[in-house]
Amino acid sequence: MKISILVNEGPYQHQASDSAYQFCVAAIDSGHEVSRVFFYHDGVNNGTNLTTPPQDDRHIQKRWSALAESNGVDLVLCVAACQRRGIVDEGERDRNKKDAINVADGFRISGLGQLIEAGIESDRLVTFGD
Amino acid sequence: MEEEYAGGVEKKFIYINRRAPHGTVYPLESLETVLIGAAFDQDVSMLFIDDGVYQLKKDQSTESIEFKNFAKAFRALEMYDVEKLFVEAESLQERGLVEDDLLVDVEVIARAKVSELIDQQDVVLSF
Repeated sequence: MKISILVNEGPYQHQASDSAYQFCVAAIDSGHEVSRVFFYHDGVNNGTNLTTPPQDDRHIQKRWSALAESNGVDLVLCVAACQRRGIVDEGERDRNKKDAINVADGFRISGLGQLIEAGIESDRLVTFGD
Repeated sequence: MEEEYAGGVEKKFIYINRRAPHGTVYPLESLETVLIGAAFDQDVSMLFIDDGVYQLKKDQSTESIEFKNFAKAFRALEMYDVEKLFVEAESLQERGLVEDDLLVDVEVIARAKVSELIDQQDVVLSF
């Protein structure tokens, strides 16, 4: 089955990011395809490489980046949510005249159309968050 | 970010709005998603339940809280071919509201019918 995921909450504050990740791993292990994870609202904070959790804690962003690398999962951050929260890639840096980039490996910033498209093209769109 | 979708697939999308208009960002984002999604020519419904019914209340003013007053955008939904707006009867009643208090035409449905409506959909997005 082709599955897409929607993550609506920020990491560490809420279980949604963890549950979404565990679900992705379980789905892939069961032979399903996880084609896209769309991060919305505070969920975009999953994609900043400035995250430094304590050493004895899980590294949520690195876990996602590794999943993208090993399984080709498309990790998409909502552009308007990123602009409000300071998640920046090269294009956004130039467009909005910022002096830094913090989008993590394997993530890309794009529009809400990517969420709608995931809903259309996937067999299931599974939401994590309140 | 207008994106054209030429996939030719039409699915039934429902946007469920459950929260008061300005306590969280979700209601505003729901509208954003509906408006962006309109470019994809899907079959779109919106459902307002619980405190979500307050989003449609007439005469909102957000000046003093410095939030964007997005209520007016509900009137524009028609232009985007989003015409199926459902409101749960019990949610209105529990909040002392009647259909006349709402700023757009809606279809009021009983709580008992809500699950049926959701069951008919392909994609459910909850805000």
